[in-house]
Amino acid sequence: MIDLLADRLYYVVSFLLLGVGTYTLIGSRNVVKKVIGMNVFQTGIFLFFITSAFVTGASPPLLTAPAPRVSPLPHVLILTAIVVGVSLTAVALGLVVRVYEAYGTLDEDAIRRVSHDE
Amino acid sequence: MSDLPALVVALPILGSVAVLLAGLVRPRTGWPITVLAAVGQVVAVGALATRAFGDDPVRYVVGGFTAPFGIELYVDGLSASMALLVAVVSVGVLAYARTAGPRSNPFYATYLLLVAGLTGMSITGDVFNMYVFLEITGLTAYALVASGEGGRSALAALKYLLVGTVGASLFLLGIGYAYVATGTLNMHDLSTQLADVGYADPLVQAAFGLLVVGLFVKVAVFPVHTWQPTAYAGAPDSVSAFISALVSTVAAYALIRIVFTVFTVDFLAANGFAGTLLAAAAVVSIVAGSVLAVSQTEIKRMLAYSSVSQFGLVLAAVAVANTTALTGAAIHLVGHAVMKGGLFLTSGLIATETGARSIDGYDGLAERLPAGAGAFGVLALAMVGVPPAVGFVGKWYVALGAVEAEAWPLAVVIFASTLLTLAYFARIVERMYFREAPAADANVEPAGAERGTRTAVATDGTGPTGDEAGSSPAGDALAAARVSLGMRATVVAAAVLAIVLGVAAFQYGQLLEPTIERLLS
Repeated sequence: MIDLLADRLYYVVSFLLLGVGTYTLIGSRNVVKKVIGMNVFQTGIFLFFITSAFVTGASPPLLTAPAPRVSPLPHVLILTAIVVGVSLTAVALGLVVRVYEAYGTLDEDAIRRVSHDE
Repeated sequence: MSDLPALVVALPILGSVAVLLAGLVRPRTGWPITVLAAVGQVVAVGALATRAFGDDPVRYVVGGFTAPFGIELYVDGLSASMALLVAVVSVGVLAYARTAGPRSNPFYATYLLLVAGLTGMSITGDVFNMYVFLEITGLTAYALVASGEGGRSALAALKYLLVGTVGASLFLLGIGYAYVATGTLNMHDLSTQLADVGYADPLVQAAFGLLVVGLFVKVAVFPVHTWQPTAYAGAPDSVSAFISALVSTVAAYALIRIVFTVFTVDFLAANGFAGTLLAAAAVVSIVAGSVLAVSQTEIKRMLAYSSVSQFGLVLAAVAVANTTALTGAAIHLVGHAVMKGGLFLTSGLIATETGARSIDGYDGLAERLPAGAGAFGVLALAMVGVPPAVGFVGKWYVALGAVEAEAWPLAVVIFASTLLTLAYFARIVERMYFREAPAADANVEPAGAERGTRTAVATDGTGPTGDEAGSSPAGDALAAARVSLGMRATVVAAAVLAIVLGVAAFQYGQLLEPTIERLLS
């Protein structure tokens, strides 16, 4: 079991990140922490995707490089996904600023109290 | 015109850039340019659709990289109907948004980007490309929800963003699994390669689960629907109409694509759990969505929960997986978009005119606002499934499909869904037509302050040139003046369309038959 996990350390780490991200996303009351949780969650997925392209002893994906080459496709895809993730974070932080301007707090429970008082 | 598939994605993006640039020169140029782009989009998609409904789907190679390696655009009858729906609804909502909606140029630029994202999702033939368009759709939808004033819409958009991102990320993880199993991303290539890997392979099964559950979030299936009522209730009226009509609809279309084009019916046959997952989600959504809708007092929240229930019906059709049911799903997707979009627009119109945003405010509405009450009544009954409206035809086909497949428990729930829909719409119709309008004072008193601010939110939006939002106590008189001809025309057009589509739906079903056959083969 331990050997199996050690062999697939990449997967263990990426799913650990997924778990941490989900927990932060659901568990924390501060909206900024929720955004951070979302980022960690996405990073876990990126890592999983990237490691799927890894081949032991392979060379970079260049035509001139010797035979076993790393698949370039996941790298390209994750590059796109990272850009998407950055835009999402930017929009999320923009919304956080507006929430703070409107309610004067970033704590979810406090926001709920304020918005019910209205 | 062989570049038409690429054009229908590029046109709204170019329009959006044009709107932004024009905004630098003159601030209030957004609407005319957006209308120009949206009407052009209708023409382009219409031309594409005439070719796509033939025997062969239109396939377009992007950038000269052929199918399994490059991105492919794939337009068959189902994609074409979705793209056409997106184009037509976006024009309709624009007619409404001229006076009602947020009016700034950035708003219209985002609006066109959302059209581009939805069109792209409809016609792409590549799963990763679909993820990218899914995120474009998501990002713009979050931004549009936040275009209302005040903290409520920002908070709703943030919640929508967090939940929506998790859904899209699960979808991406599913793509990762499918890619690890097969090494390809093209949908048609995937369908053959996945069959080679074997449907019993845990990697393939996990990919199916993740892709489907990721899309469940976007469709707003019951346990993961929580973003939807908040987002729809927090957004400006024209935005909630646009999003409710299209975003979940196209996500449901994507689900049909993933299940039938990528995984095929053979996968469903080989894996009992897949069908069970879909059927269980369908039943829970139909029942829970209706029950929650009945318990709402705010109209927009009620309509949002109603969507949860209606998309349960589409899921039921996917779980049944035969020609009749899928034809029903396609008709119901189109019909639901028209009806639900129309209902949101009508509720916006009623709110602008009378200030009523909760069910109590609808007492005796038929006397005060005959046109609004009439349109709401027609659309509500169409949603319940009273023939000859389009809501009837969709449900009828889905139910017939369930009976054909002898999925009796599912058939019972589908028939019951009509009664459940009646449960939350009948009480509003009853209030509008059979109750006395409340005395003017009693009407103003309880919701006075709140109503004033909400009306202001709905009508002013983010427009830097928005009229004074501060005059809330006198908001009623101001608001009444703001209901334009375009708003009325759109609402009436939606009601008429709900009936006309119902009459035309049987022909549409026949037109769609070759596409559905191909999907199921």
